[in-house]
Order: sequence, then structure tokens, then C-alpha cells
Amino acid sequence: MIRAALILMSTLWATLAAAQEEVVLGLSQNRVQINARFDGSEILIFGAVKRETPIPETPLEVIVTVAGPSTPVTVHRKDRVFGIWVNAESVEIDRAPSFYAVAASGPITDVLSHTEDLRHSVTVPRAVRSVGSEARDPVAFTVALIRIRRDEGIYATLPGAVEVDQQTLFDTSIALPANLIEGAYAVRVLLMRDKQVVSEFETAIEVHKVGLERWLYNLAQDHALLYGLLSLVIAVAAGWLASTVFRLLRG
Amino acid sequence: MQIYLPIAEVSVNFFTLLGIGGIVGILSGMFGVGGGFLITPLLFLAGIPSAVAVATSANQIVASSFSGLLAHLRRKTVDIRMGLMLLVGGLIGSAAGVYVFNLLKELGQVDLLVRLCYVFFLGIVGALMLIESLRALRRARGQAGPAKPRRQRNWVHTWPGKMRFRTSQLYISTIPVILIGLSVGVLAAIMGVGGGFIMVPAMIYILGMPTKVVVGTSLFQIIFVTAFTTLLHAVTSHTVDLMLALVLIVGGVVGAQIGTRIGLRLKAEQLRVLLASLVLLVCGKLALELFVRPDELYVIGGVGG
Repeated sequence: MIRAALILMSTLWATLAAAQEEVVLGLSQNRVQINARFDGSEILIFGAVKRETPIPETPLEVIVTVAGPSTPVTVHRKDRVFGIWVNAESVEIDRAPSFYAVAASGPITDVLSHTEDLRHSVTVPRAVRSVGSEARDPVAFTVALIRIRRDEGIYATLPGAVEVDQQTLFDTSIALPANLIEGAYAVRVLLMRDKQVVSEFETAIEVHKVGLERWLYNLAQDHALLYGLLSLVIAVAAGWLASTVFRLLRG
Repeated sequence: MQIYLPIAEVSVNFFTLLGIGGIVGILSGMFGVGGGFLITPLLFLAGIPSAVAVATSANQIVASSFSGLLAHLRRKTVDIRMGLMLLVGGLIGSAAGVYVFNLLKELGQVDLLVRLCYVFFLGIVGALMLIESLRALRRARGQAGPAKPRRQRNWVHTWPGKMRFRTSQLYISTIPVILIGLSVGVLAAIMGVGGGFIMVPAMIYILGMPTKVVVGTSLFQIIFVTAFTTLLHAVTSHTVDLMLALVLIVGGVVGAQIGTRIGLRLKAEQLRVLLASLVLLVCGKLALELFVRPDELYVIGGVGG
């Protein structure tokens, strides 16, 4: 009787445990500063799984995603018109992250079920959202966008890049490229068991320009006329300086 | 060493940019051209977005032309009156050019327009210059044949609205002057060039100006047109990258002085043959890209305006 109750309790615990695993996350840096010498950055994402119950039977898998700010993107397709390759058809993709990386502790399809991918928008194709368009073949445009950005290193799928230790500790590193857009980069950690998401944790990394880069960018956006005039003053001064210096050098 | 460009939002090797500025500076010192027609395509190759490349080239040309103008002012080889008339057309043309540029930028066709302009104008100017300079080179080898005297009067001299240009020793209609300024202004805005490579032949062959005042006068008006273009690009599309411009200017200024020295050691005809070949080379490279099926048919355009 007591024994039966214990078994019942332990199975109950086991099912509850799924919801009771929590992520405690650490980041090597929670903001990235773009200065004049910025040449990409590597973010270490590490953490532990907090739980008050025994470790469940099914192995723990971890998926980490990092997503840059999303913007609408226009994709053009070149076509031959009068013998010249021109941008002919174009498709507006509603939202595409400016950067996206998925790292997982195993091959994505082994770790994540299709339904969970749809629900949580984990893989790269799910992160790019494109609602219907009048183009003949809108899917091809989305596929092309992903292909181009993958080749540029902006979109990355990294199967096996997350190390999981004793079902409790995990860590991965994600390289941010040099041509970053400013904004909040969402970091998501998904704990997976049996291809199902058992826990989700989200935080953000702030990426912004600092110093001279910040100042110039703001000036160009907010005080465009002043910025334009400043460019001209610098150009004229440089021209004058060059002419004078080299005249003096010649004697 | 990488440098992050705040407006272009890309990180590029500092020495590549300095090198581009330097090479163009050497050429402009050797040949007396602004070099905008080279700097913009080179920036494309370095991975700078075309809108930023065009706007920033215009700013760089202001610096190199100003440096050149000072030398011409000292030698009194600038026809300021002619320059001002060219400028009237130039500013209107520049405004129209920036308008067209922004319109096409929205349509995603700006790359095509810029490239077509380059292929067309570089092709024509390069071919004409090559033919002319090869002919001159043959003459210089002593096969005699007196140089054809320049026509003193052509259709330009019959138009109304005449004005006296003392420095150029001309009394001609202002209409063709303004029209030339206008077309160069449009090109300056669309191609990110000063337009010297069109302006100089037009001044010599259409207006009949004496060669010694042509370069100085062309520089005079180019400064104002490119300055105006820079301002318009900065205000309407925020595409002038000061950091990029600075690196290009530094490279260009040093290069120009080296180029001037090299230029003094070569014969004028040889220089022109070299320049013509270079122009045609750039033209051919760009043309090839237009006519050959690209590896990647899809292009991502206009991220966030």
C-alpha cells in the first residue's frame, strides 16, 4: 500500500519535474559595444538547470538561439531584360532577423519536433516570416534570403555546438559577425526532453555603437544638414592642408 | 586592422580603404582627373553598399578637387565666370540626379542605373581617348602631318544669350554652358563622380576653351557640384560615411602627390593611352557583370530604408 503510493508519487514527481526544470543563465557579456575597431565578437552562453527533483530518464537536450532585430526585407530576383541582368520581380519579406544563430546539443531534427519548431519558431526558416505575396513563387525568395545570409555568415545552424554536462551544465559560444546592426539581440535557451520544450528562458544582449561611431551615426540621422556641412568642412580643410603641406615640402 | 564604418554598418580592412584612396590619388595626380569613376566601383568591390559608396565618393572628390583648385588659382588658370555659369546648370542637374537616385533606390534599381551609366560613359570616353591618344602618339613619332587646327567657330557660337568670358577669351552663348553643367550635375549625383572626364572634353571640343584653363575651371565647378551632391545625399538618404571619407581622403592626398611625380616623368600621350586603357578596363569589368548570368540571381535590397 505504502509502496504503491510511493510509486504513484514518484511518477507524479517525474511528470511535474518536466515543468520544474529551470534555466539559470550566464553570458560572457550582456552588451556588445561597436567602436571603430569592432571586428565581430564571440558570446559565451553558459548555464545550469535548476531542479528540485531527480533527473528524469529521458536525456536533456539544449537549444540556444540568438536573434538580431527583425526588419522587413525586400528580395529582388534578377532577370534578363534586353540582354542585361536587372532586378525584375521582388518580394517583401515581412520580418527577417538581421542575425540568427541556432545552436543545439545534437542534430536539430533529433532534438526538436516539427510541431515544437512551429510553436516556438526555432529553426532559421521559421525565424524568417513571410506572409503571402503576389509573386509567382514567394517561397523561392525566402529560401534565397536564407541562403544568401547563411553564406554571409549572418544565419547559422550549429548542430552539436551546445555542450551538456551531466544533464545539468551547458555551454556554447556564438560568433557575432563584424557587420552587426544595432539593437537588442534576443537570447533564448530551450530545454528539450523527448523533442518537446520543457522549459524556455529568454534574455537580451544589447548591441550598440559607442564613442565616435555613436556620435557620427546620431549626427547623420538627427542633424543631417549639420553632418553634411561637417563632411564638407573636413573635406575642404583636408584639401587645403594637403596642398599647403606638400607646397612647403617642395620648398 | 579592421575599421567599423558607422553609416555603411560594415567592418572593412583599414589598409584596403587606404589603398583604394591611395591608388585613386596616384591616378588623379598622374592624369589630372578626380578619380571618382574608379573609387566608386572599387568601393563596390570592397563590400561597401552602393548608396554609401556613391555619396561618400562625392565627399572625397570635394577634398581632392579643392587641393587641386588651390594650385590652379595660384597660377590664375581658372575662369571663374565660366565656372559660375557651369555651376548654375550643375546645381539643378545635381538636385535632379539625387531625386532620380532616391526614386530608383526605392525601386531597387539604383545599382542597375549606376552600373549602366558607368559602362556607357566609361566606354565612350575611354574609346575616344584611346583613339585620340594613339593618333597623337603616332604623330609624335615623327610621321609629320600637321595637327588639325581647332575650329574656332561651331554651332555653339551661333546661339543667343552671348556672354564674354575674358579668361577663356571667348564670346559665346550661355545656353550650351548651362546644359553641359546640367548634364555633369546629373552624372555627379548618380555616379558619385565629379564628371571631369566628361566636362574636360566638352569644354575643349564643344565650347572651344583654351586647354590651360580647362582643368582649373572644371575643378572649380566640380567642387561646388559635388559639395551640393554630398549635402543632398546626407540630408535625403543619410548615406555619407564620414569615417570612410576620411580614410579615403588621407590615402588620396598622399597618393596624389606621388602620382604627380610619376606623371612628370611620362609623356602626355603615353599618359593618355594608359588612362584610356584603365577606363576601358573598368568599363569592361562592369559590362561583364551586366551581361553574364550572375551566380546568385537573388539580391537583398533596402534593409530598413
